[in-house]
Amino acid sequence: MPVRLHPESLENITTHYCPGCSHGIAHRVIAEVIDELGIEGSTIGISPVGCSYNNYKYFTFDMLQAAHGRAPAVATGVKRVHPESIVFTYQGDGDLAAIGTAEIIHAAARGEKITTIFINNAIYGMTSGQMAPTTLEGQVTTTSPLGRDPKVQGFPLKMSEILSQIDGAVYIERVSMHDVNHILKAKKAIKKAFKVQLAGLGFSMIEVLSTCPTNWRMKPVDAAAWVKDTMMEYYKLGVYKGEDLEV
Amino acid sequence: MSEKVLIKGNEAIGEAAIRAGCRHYFGYPITPQNELTNYMSKYMPEAGGVFIQAESEIAAINMVYGAAGAGARAMTSSSSPGISLKQEGISYIAGAEIPAVVVNVMRCGPGLGGIMPAQSDYFQAVKGGGHGDYRNIALAPSNGQELYELTVKAFDLADKYRMLVMVMADGALGQMMENVEFRDREEPLIVEKPWAATGTGMKREKNSITSVYINPDELETVNNRLQAKYHEVEENEVMYEEINCEGADIVICAYGLAARLTRNVMKSASAEGIKVGLMRPITLWPFPKQAVGALAEKTDTVMSVELSAGQMVEDVRLAINGKVPVHFYGRTGGNIPTQDEILDKIKEVLGKEKK
Repeated sequence: MPVRLHPESLENITTHYCPGCSHGIAHRVIAEVIDELGIEGSTIGISPVGCSYNNYKYFTFDMLQAAHGRAPAVATGVKRVHPESIVFTYQGDGDLAAIGTAEIIHAAARGEKITTIFINNAIYGMTSGQMAPTTLEGQVTTTSPLGRDPKVQGFPLKMSEILSQIDGAVYIERVSMHDVNHILKAKKAIKKAFKVQLAGLGFSMIEVLSTCPTNWRMKPVDAAAWVKDTMMEYYKLGVYKGEDLEV
Repeated sequence: MSEKVLIKGNEAIGEAAIRAGCRHYFGYPITPQNELTNYMSKYMPEAGGVFIQAESEIAAINMVYGAAGAGARAMTSSSSPGISLKQEGISYIAGAEIPAVVVNVMRCGPGLGGIMPAQSDYFQAVKGGGHGDYRNIALAPSNGQELYELTVKAFDLADKYRMLVMVMADGALGQMMENVEFRDREEPLIVEKPWAATGTGMKREKNSITSVYINPDELETVNNRLQAKYHEVEENEVMYEEINCEGADIVICAYGLAARLTRNVMKSASAEGIKVGLMRPITLWPFPKQAVGALAEKTDTVMSVELSAGQMVEDVRLAINGKVPVHFYGRTGGNIPTQDEILDKIKEVLGKEKK
């Protein structure tokens, strides 16, 4: 008997993600939540551009692959056609916090009843490790080879804090996936975000601090430690909107 | 129900979309198509549909991608600079084979250009616009009634071929008030969309709407399928109007507003003993290649008249293939050629030919 069954909403195939990358964990957590809520048949997901561009292959429900940054606009179209469906976007930091800032902010402002899973690993993974809008001060990337210097490259964006200022956003939380304890907390948050949508309350986003060992040039264990010791210093975990929300 | 109303072209497009069963419209303000967006904001909710003023033209086309990908009849509209912004989404829609309707009420360019009428987005509409090997069907109405009819037809063609259909109006057609008869169709075309992302309901295999294929052979197979579909459209959907071309001293190729002007020129030329024919492409793509090519058997001189610096004339020349001279007359900057200018040009061209 397996200790934990493979989630129904996740295809039983090997992913293309690197060892130690958080994408696989995030996928599994989302699939578990969808199973537990019994919404697999009514869920429609939006895949982004970036490492998870083809994650429609890994989930068992309907999905649309969107252009870079446009997932919230695509999700808006889908949700307005099928208001009874559960619609979520899965987006990385380049996708959501650089090229797609207009789309995410206005989806939230309209109070679109969608859920966004925002994978923040502080780097562009797919394109070989360029500086992201969430790259930390001093962090070395292929386009900030001397480390991000705020005087030259500006400051990292705190998207959960920004979106929590928007009235249409009802539930915003930042979580991490660097250890089991935090993964369980992240799952709880993601489940709540989907429940917020099921209740028709408005826009919800869970920002997930994630690892990218390959482009951080770290071993997986060191990458997890870097999330805990460095990323979490700048990107504080917690509920930014909807603390008292009961769903 | 059928009714005849005096209405602006832009509003006729909106009413046509609603009567064609479109219930999802995503817009963004830009002149000279604002009456269409305004109309939709009022009448789409009345029809039980969805109107969203998007944060940008880019967002609007991606909302269309989502809504149409989820199985609905969806539309966006804009004018030239806004259509440029939509090109990314248009390419994705082509790649993912999503049926969608985009209206371009053309204004003059390049850049921010001006807000006056133009036909200078012909290349953009029929030669690509976005990246990759793809085609859009491009329809060119020339009066209020056709704005209505061709907008309805655009939705049918989009669904039939899972393609993006562009309605190519211009600022003058959009702004002009004309009598338009709204005709409800007895049998609206209803196309099943088993491919759409609607939620599986746990009753079928999942649907993935995508345009990304990393494997070269897989992507080539997709491209071959697209090309085969485009060929089918070229075989079946060419539309044009041909008037008095047989034995004409000169045949004018013109679409939309330019064709309308040419009709008047035909009368004034006739009074001076010059026989002018009109070849009016209604589908800019698929271009009526054969009909235009056959003009070489009917006349000795062809001229393309456009509100551009010369765009469709390239396709006219390709179709004529050197058999007879193909001339061009056009105005840019939002200027509309006058009937006298066109007639003078006809005389000049015919005089030259005689020498």
